[in-house]
Amino acid sequence: MTTTLGAPTPTSAVPTPVAALRARRRRKLALVLTALAVLLVALATLALTLGAASLPPSRALLALVGLGDAGDTFIVHRLRLPRIEAAVLAGAAFGLAGALFQSTLRNPLASPDILGIASGASLGAVWALLVAGLTGLAVSGAAFLGALTIAFCIWFFAWRQGLHPIRSVLVGVGFAYLCSSLLAWLLASAEVREAASALVWTVGSVADVRGAELTTFAAGLALLATAVAVVGRWQGPLALGDDHARGLGVPVDAARVGSLLLAVGLVALATSVVGPLAFVALVAPAIARRLVDDGGPALTTSAVTGAALVLAADLVGQHGLFDISAPTGIVTGLVGAPYLLWLLATHGRKSQA
Amino acid sequence: MTDVRTFSAPVAASVPAGAPQGEPATDRSADQATLRADGVSIGYDGRRVIEGLDLELPARRVTAVVGPNACGKSTLLRGLARLHPLEAGRVTLGGTDVSAMSRKELARVVGVLPQSSVAPDGVRVAELVGRGRYPHQGWFGRHRSDDDAVVMRALEATGVADLADRPVAELSGGQRQRVWIAMVLAQETDVVLLDEPTTYLDVAHQVELLDLLRDLNHDRGTTVVMVLHELNLAARYADHLVVMSAGRVVAQGEPSHVLTEDAVLSAFGLEARVVPDPVSGTPLVVPVGRHRHGR
Repeated sequence: MTTTLGAPTPTSAVPTPVAALRARRRRKLALVLTALAVLLVALATLALTLGAASLPPSRALLALVGLGDAGDTFIVHRLRLPRIEAAVLAGAAFGLAGALFQSTLRNPLASPDILGIASGASLGAVWALLVAGLTGLAVSGAAFLGALTIAFCIWFFAWRQGLHPIRSVLVGVGFAYLCSSLLAWLLASAEVREAASALVWTVGSVADVRGAELTTFAAGLALLATAVAVVGRWQGPLALGDDHARGLGVPVDAARVGSLLLAVGLVALATSVVGPLAFVALVAPAIARRLVDDGGPALTTSAVTGAALVLAADLVGQHGLFDISAPTGIVTGLVGAPYLLWLLATHGRKSQA
Repeated sequence: MTDVRTFSAPVAASVPAGAPQGEPATDRSADQATLRADGVSIGYDGRRVIEGLDLELPARRVTAVVGPNACGKSTLLRGLARLHPLEAGRVTLGGTDVSAMSRKELARVVGVLPQSSVAPDGVRVAELVGRGRYPHQGWFGRHRSDDDAVVMRALEATGVADLADRPVAELSGGQRQRVWIAMVLAQETDVVLLDEPTTYLDVAHQVELLDLLRDLNHDRGTTVVMVLHELNLAARYADHLVVMSAGRVVAQGEPSHVLTEDAVLSAFGLEARVVPDPVSGTPLVVPVGRHRHGR
């Protein structure tokens, strides 16, 4: 053993197990991302063709590139494409936010749904609509402030010489209930017509997101995702626990706060456009981590998984449930709730073992 | 930093028996790998665990810190490694105040193995050890060409090269601890601090691990500072023994001078005989206790 310590490693043509493992990981990640991209394209094609006026894929694609007739072009560009874009952007934002929450707080239960961050954003948006009478970007701003307020409250009550992962989840659950109650109270005391338009902020739907709103959404997401790429650097060491991360040179508190602020920003942005979309941020990272399985936060994979999940949920909501058209958030909730139950059941068992 | 690494043998400098109170860093501690605490106080939630502690840890040596439970030895290590903030005083490394260094800079000189380590699900041995390269990587974590060779050396040095491809969660306690040490080795620091590295290990793995740390000190000239529970192993493996009690250093120096029957009684409240270790000649603490079965 002593001789190997100081001796230089022979530089042979055979790749070291370290390099071989890394190459295998890279191949697997490429494979997973390619498969998800193919799935996403297939879902999008399906979404373009299905609907009240059914278009065969060939006509839908022609219309997409601007070669179809006026009717097809209208259907594709005005009705279906914005909906697909909204689903993809929202799914990516929720998926990425969930991955950040879960890896930063080192808890698979830590998602904006459970923590009350999403309810905070909903509450902010509904308050802006019903009480303050605001519209457009101001509603998004109010959603962000709502999410941020809840995040700050969780921090205030869970901070004891550092952000304690489990305590923050428990505190968050409390605030989620508080927000839901306030939300119900606001809706109950509002005019019926107004309440109906505010309802989208409690369930979530990717319908009726148009033009300028989509552009702002895309730009905001791009900005936040770039920042996430920077803080993503810290997630590897952070996953080893605070002491190890500090020992490796990570400014732990700043890294946690920075990552969580970005995650809150992503949730607020997406919620202000499409509403809360239950459980996407909880489920997408879990699927992504299982696919990649490298002990990392699987940020990119979570975003793509989230996009596919929301797009699929919207397809099911529009066309899958017999004659009923359900908002996207209902479908994601129907998928997410059993997963949450399963997670709670197995999580408890694991910690007992 | 790099020129220091060329020292391969421990420097046979005379070790100060007790750091004089409040004296500024002298040229003796100009060595990059000398850690020094001056008037350090550390506490948790307002309760002081360590009050005004002065200590110099000799460079290129193996130091063991021993003491009864809750004497502040782990807290001291955490303070030295900047895992826990100081309430007063300062820690210097080669004469430089560590709080003036960035965390990453410090992590290139001082590696630390905290008491409890939990590996994320799914991570494999070589990947975990590879995370030790973090302080040497730039902003987007670009992989450097020599990273693989360093990780491979760390895996070989700790005898876990065969496990490189295995998920950490599947390993036994002894293997897992060696993997964590490999991660700290991959950090390539001049100083390594370890908080009870032998906890949860059976006696054979304890000896194996301490042999490994001794090799590390001998072959790379790494300064090793470890908090240990097992007095006899500490006496055998350390060049320098620090005995703590109630948040202060009550004795320090060469184990054969420090580990006396009086010291064990005053620090641990334990009546014991101290005899020469039949294998190494270092002090062997044999507790007296109240019950003596056998003949």
